[in-house]
Amino acid sequence: MYLYPKWVRLWHVINAFLIIVLIITGISMQYTDRENAAYLMGFSRAVKWHNISASFLVANYVFFILGNAITGNGRYYKLPLKNLISDIMTQFRYYAYGKFRGEKHPFPVNTERKFNPLQRFTYVLAMYVAFPLLIISGFGLLFPETVINRFFGVSGLILTDILHISMGFCLSIFLVVHIYTCTLGAKTFSHFRSIITGYQEPDEQ
Amino acid sequence: MRKWFGYILIATVLVFDNSVLAIVPFPGRTGRAIQQDTTGYVSPFRDQNERCFKCHGQSKYEYSNENLGLTVKALMCSERIVDRNQFYSSNHKSFSCTDCHSEGYAEFPHPGELRMEQKFNCLDCHGGDPAYEKYQFEEIDSEYRQSTHFKLEKEGFSCWKCHNPHYYKLNIRDNKNISEAVIYDNNLCLNCHANFKNFQLLTDAMEINIVREHNWLPNQSSHFKSVRCIECHAKANDTLLVAHLIKPKEEAVRGCNECHSKNSILMSSLYKHLSKEERKSNGFVNAVMLNQSYVIGANRNEYLNLISLIIFGLVLLAIAVHIIFRIKSSIKAKGGDNVSVS
Repeated sequence: MYLYPKWVRLWHVINAFLIIVLIITGISMQYTDRENAAYLMGFSRAVKWHNISASFLVANYVFFILGNAITGNGRYYKLPLKNLISDIMTQFRYYAYGKFRGEKHPFPVNTERKFNPLQRFTYVLAMYVAFPLLIISGFGLLFPETVINRFFGVSGLILTDILHISMGFCLSIFLVVHIYTCTLGAKTFSHFRSIITGYQEPDEQ
Repeated sequence: MRKWFGYILIATVLVFDNSVLAIVPFPGRTGRAIQQDTTGYVSPFRDQNERCFKCHGQSKYEYSNENLGLTVKALMCSERIVDRNQFYSSNHKSFSCTDCHSEGYAEFPHPGELRMEQKFNCLDCHGGDPAYEKYQFEEIDSEYRQSTHFKLEKEGFSCWKCHNPHYYKLNIRDNKNISEAVIYDNNLCLNCHANFKNFQLLTDAMEINIVREHNWLPNQSSHFKSVRCIECHAKANDTLLVAHLIKPKEEAVRGCNECHSKNSILMSSLYKHLSKEERKSNGFVNAVMLNQSYVIGANRNEYLNLISLIIFGLVLLAIAVHIIFRIKSSIKAKGGDNVSVS
């Protein structure tokens, strides 16, 4: 079945590339020292490419939001509050236990349900909570004069930076888990093929 | 935008200097006609000094011309004006004017040859004196003699070009507000390097555009506000509180990691006076910087680092365990004939 239109695939591949660049450059900035000035890519180069990549990431995020609003792809990101927790737990139980017992997929993919409840929940957290916080805090670090000096006695810059690196870390963890869960399709590389061709094989039944 | 911010910052210092006069003791910058001492400090030489301040304490003075039989009003040359309040707030506030200047100035009109009197420098009073040993004037002098400024001595450079003897006030050691110390110290440099009127007295070089010269510096305005010029332009000294060996511009620090690192040079320069405090606080490396600033790379939090490593390790462990179960179930499902992970 055709699940991923061209614009989604284009957005996804750009997003993936930029996120990887941002993670590498972010780690470079945080851990480069005088003694290991060339760590990963060095501080100044890391700053430059982090800023450039972040600018493109923001543009790509706007593209994603507009695309979702215009094409109706946004409906896949609406969280039904009814049975939310129980559906998530059902999906989690399937990944952690049922899959190994040969149980049927509790929420097989179809054109009306592109994401299972656990996917939907994590994607909403990533794209509509972590991403905006990452972008806003990143803007604050790029233009520190816009950040309030003190917030309840703590430096605004420290809070902004902690928020930024925390969101960056959460999205890094998301990336690792996302890549791994993408191997849980009908075959190991089914989902990877889907996001390139747009066509998804049915989940294992 | 940041470029313009930099221009505005410098323009603010140079144009609206009355607002920063409290921390920027440039001579001759007062536009006030008559000023009263408001410091509350009573100098043992108050009356004696007042004979000088009567004319040199403001921009206008008057004297009686006996030949003409007139009282003449005149404007005091801006370089010869000394602000009473700043003098009586300075480290030299207990001095009499004639401790440093000739007794001959008591005579008016001042004898012309007094203009040729040699001025003292710091070491003339502070050198070799055990009372001032902790300030390391000899070490400062040694650094100064190796600095690029020393080459300008014949052009008239001296300690006083940066440290006005009338207004000098020990600033950083009893001041935990780093941003004020940064403004104070940077204004010492900008007084010549962003003010061509003063700059041209010492060199025939072209006027410097500070903002353009530092265009390569990311977040220029933040750097200008947060660190002193000498952080990059002076050679760090392990023993001196304030480095005085100003390097030629070609040798200035350009590597971001000199500051943005765990072993930041800022801890041995701008934050040296505070660095005796705990290096870590609540897990933040170089935590003393956090009072006033935040330096990416230098203020990493070791607790957060540890927590992130643990979380990352647990995620990888969970994935590894999941892969093992997948392999096992796959072997079981296919009777061990065709092993594949799916």
